[in-house]
Amino acid sequence: MVENTLAHPELAAFEVHGMTRASFMLRGALAAGAVYGTTAVGPFVAQALAQTGGGDAEILNFALTLEYLESAFYTMKGKEVGLSGQAKTYAKEFGMEEEQHVAALTGAIKELGAQPVKKPTFVFPGTNEKSFLALASVLENTGVGAYNGAAPSLKSKQLLGVAGSIVQVEARHAAAIDLLVNRSPTPNGGFDLPLTKTQVLAKAGPLIKS
Amino acid sequence: MSQDTEKQESVVQPAGIVERLVRDDVDRKRFLKAVGGLGAASFGTFVLAACGSSKSSTTASTAVVGTGTQGTAGSSTTDIAILNYALTLEYLESQFYQKVIASKLFTGKVGALLTNFGGQEDEHVLALHGAVAKMGGTPVAKPEAKFPISNAEQVAQLAYSVENLGAAAYLGQAGNIQSPEVLATALSIHSVEARHASTLGTLVKKPVTPNGAFAIPDDMSTVLAAVKPYIA
Repeated sequence: MVENTLAHPELAAFEVHGMTRASFMLRGALAAGAVYGTTAVGPFVAQALAQTGGGDAEILNFALTLEYLESAFYTMKGKEVGLSGQAKTYAKEFGMEEEQHVAALTGAIKELGAQPVKKPTFVFPGTNEKSFLALASVLENTGVGAYNGAAPSLKSKQLLGVAGSIVQVEARHAAAIDLLVNRSPTPNGGFDLPLTKTQVLAKAGPLIKS
Repeated sequence: MSQDTEKQESVVQPAGIVERLVRDDVDRKRFLKAVGGLGAASFGTFVLAACGSSKSSTTASTAVVGTGTQGTAGSSTTDIAILNYALTLEYLESQFYQKVIASKLFTGKVGALLTNFGGQEDEHVLALHGAVAKMGGTPVAKPEAKFPISNAEQVAQLAYSVENLGAAAYLGQAGNIQSPEVLATALSIHSVEARHASTLGTLVKKPVTPNGAFAIPDDMSTVLAAVKPYIA
């Protein structure tokens, strides 16, 4: 049983299960097709992987924190700024889906015998629909990168399936929001690069009040 | 089933193979093993390799597929097979968008979006092709695609279907991939296909999340059966 003694375990180590930031970047490079056929990456990655400990619960709790954030953003912040039209429709629909993600991840963490993180309180900047949508784009795109970055570290193939199922929906959200604000629905081009925990927390951390 | 019967079935009724894949999970496992090891010379033989692949060189399937280098046993074999499966789908998507662009049915902002998506499918083809080669496998040859291109509405609906299928296909394989690098690559492509699907959804006024909060995976036999009509 994992005991959660830290208030924000997700803010603790920068390394996820012994994965260094370098190895995540390496994966990003591989995903971009930049090093195919040019670099012997096998031994390097193998070494990084050898340091992997257990801890699917930790990864899921990181994801749960982000889902709490997105859920609160769509439901509470959305109401606060006042939305209309498609923005309002998306906020309602996506908010419901993020809530389902919260429920699923909470259940999965409990099934692992671990303690789900408590719902944090958040502070979201912005006062109107325009700033709301801009932040929605950041959050959804960060979510995609977070899941893509963390999922390969999951031990359980079943949980990998869950993470994959969720990240696909986050990507759909991201594209829809981006289109609504006249941005490219594929801001990373052909490959959505994985983000490290550090990179994710750079975006999400400031929004977590306690 | 005798080898002669297999050959008969293979050559005369390729459709039968796909139907068998849909019904028979044992065939699917053999199919994965065969493709990963032998590296089919074409998509046709890629599918046909499901039949009798465990036998020696006198089998019909080997004669069809060729005697390519047997991949190393273990994880790289199935990863190569999965990459080749993904490559096949990307080849189809790439050609679909090429036909769409050539049709000039879409202009302006939508035309630009679809052109971008086509370029991204091309990038996927390159990356997957390179990934297979890097692992010592033989990249599957490009299948000849045929897609109906009638009018803008029909094409957009078709694009929505194809992209949703592609996303489900990648999701369906995530748990089967052995190598973390291959998994990272697959995930990075998977979410882009999801973005494509969502975009097409906004164009045809269909749900951006057709399965709600949790996307649903499709297994290989389901996907191959679904794309069969689009292979010439």
